[in-house]
Amino acid sequence: MNALAARRRHPAAIALLILVGLLITGGAYSFIAPKDANASAAVATDSVDEGQKLFLGNCASCHGTNAQGTASGPSLVGVGAAAVDFQVGTGRMPMAQPAVQAPRNEVKFDEDEIASLAAYVASLGPGPAVPDGELTTVLEPGTEENNRAIAEGGEIFRVNCAMCHNFAGAGGALTRGKYAPGLEGVEPKHIYEAMVTGPQSMPVFSDTNLDPAAKQKVISYLKAQEEATNVGGLTLGNLGPVSEGLFAWVFMLGILIGAAVWLGKKAA
Amino acid sequence: MNDNQTTAAPVEGNALVPASGDGQVLPASLAAGPDTFENPGLPPHIHRAADIDPAAAKRAERQVATMFGISMLGALIFVVAYFAIRDEATFFLPGVGKTSTQNVVLGLSLGVSILFIGLGAVHWAKTLMSDEEVVEERHAQASSPEARADAVTVVSDGVESTGLTRRPVLKYSLGGALGLFALPLGLQIAGSLGPVTVGELKETLWDPENNGGKPIRLMRDPEMTPIKLEDVTNGSVFHVMPETLQHSIDERKHVLEGKAKAAVILIRLDPNDIKVQKARDWGVDGVVAYSKICTHVGCAVGLYEQQTHHLLCPCHQSTFDLTEDCKVIFGPAKRALPQLKITVDDEGYLVAPEGFAEAVGPSFWERKR
Repeated sequence: MNALAARRRHPAAIALLILVGLLITGGAYSFIAPKDANASAAVATDSVDEGQKLFLGNCASCHGTNAQGTASGPSLVGVGAAAVDFQVGTGRMPMAQPAVQAPRNEVKFDEDEIASLAAYVASLGPGPAVPDGELTTVLEPGTEENNRAIAEGGEIFRVNCAMCHNFAGAGGALTRGKYAPGLEGVEPKHIYEAMVTGPQSMPVFSDTNLDPAAKQKVISYLKAQEEATNVGGLTLGNLGPVSEGLFAWVFMLGILIGAAVWLGKKAA
Repeated sequence: MNDNQTTAAPVEGNALVPASGDGQVLPASLAAGPDTFENPGLPPHIHRAADIDPAAAKRAERQVATMFGISMLGALIFVVAYFAIRDEATFFLPGVGKTSTQNVVLGLSLGVSILFIGLGAVHWAKTLMSDEEVVEERHAQASSPEARADAVTVVSDGVESTGLTRRPVLKYSLGGALGLFALPLGLQIAGSLGPVTVGELKETLWDPENNGGKPIRLMRDPEMTPIKLEDVTNGSVFHVMPETLQHSIDERKHVLEGKAKAAVILIRLDPNDIKVQKARDWGVDGVVAYSKICTHVGCAVGLYEQQTHHLLCPCHQSTFDLTEDCKVIFGPAKRALPQLKITVDDEGYLVAPEGFAEAVGPSFWERKR
């Protein structure tokens, strides 16, 4: 018999066989599986009519044909263009599957299509508009005025946002599987829109609660945090004692036990 | 047997025998019973490479010297880096990100300099120092009878010379002094168990006395700007402090003590969603104010879930339902959050005409009295 057959009773043979089988099945599935249907039509202009067509094709099944809401999705009358720009622009909508919370996902539409959808929803009822570039400009640290604004943004963040989103914006848990997502890498425009529309479990921070200047300070603070030096070294996810404790128990204790074993062993 | 060295008193065979009470060592034949076994002694000594081979010993010596050398290098790097690296210098460390150069270099060099002293010393002991097994026999623990009799004499003579037995006044006054000495200590421990005036626990900055009897305005935290009724939109949450806090802030006194009990959360709901009439009455058009201090251990209950109208405390996950007057629906808290009655003043700002109707925060013994 040949070399392969001679090793057929090797202990690792069965493990190898299962691995090969899994790889073949998985690979075949990824080739054969149907792709997600892309129902967006190619649009060049942001008009309310185009937005309505896109809406009927992608959103009406849960939000109703006139966006009045159904059992599966709330009414969109009055949510404003900002809400659409945030939800669709971060890929949360169309919701991938029914769940307690719509997670951030792959963005399914291009900018023009999002603008059309936003224009259509905005036409249904007055609501927050997409913020203009001036409001979402990030203040860079360096000048005294900007530094003060960033520090104030930090104070506002800690009072209003840190309880859900964590002191460093790393995100946190809510009840029953809901969560406040981490804020790293989020576009300033989307941060602004989330504050002003209050998506899902997040409360509404309207302009009468935190005025646009305050929102800009919060955004600048978050962006400054992303660039800031990690003076303490490894952040371990900025989760505080939870991750740091795990690190200490696993690594530090492991090293200490290893050291104790080494101390007691007789030399070669 | 082998090249063991023992310092035991010579006994028959190698049997270990127990000592009797008066310190004498019994012969093995008298002490051995049917269940004892012969002492197997120590296992054969295994020589280390450094004991047999002089080249290995030299290698071990070089290794120890290298470790000490690394330690010295670390210490020198520390000294140089201490002066050479600027405080604000940062660099990119893979795996960590942008971090402070001074922290990393000083920390690593100091760590290395200390660690390698220890590592070198341990390696030296393991490879080069004597590893011959040694057995020390322990002598009987009790002292000789003469020593014990002497000790008894010394103690009784001492007691006799103090005169306590002949002079009872001395005895009782000493007892009184030592006994009463415990009182100041005990009083301090007992007295520090809680505030002497329980009233302090029930007072907050929301009590109108702090404002001369006038209703107190609700202010945004941290900006300390007043809040108009129409500022509060449906689904929004405001974190509120009383205007009486401004006095503490200006004086820079007791700010945190004031904030710790005065924190209030202001939320607007659809009035039809509020199921308890009292909660509706104490609010204005669906705008309700509740104490933010959890009734469990006192954390700030700031996590408002807009769609479910639940307030979650992050510490132990007590959940309060806003539509049911902040009743506890999950978690270890036992009492609902106290509501703050609010109205609107002439200029349209939200005010609290009276303080809280009950003590805020965690339970304490005198809460109901």
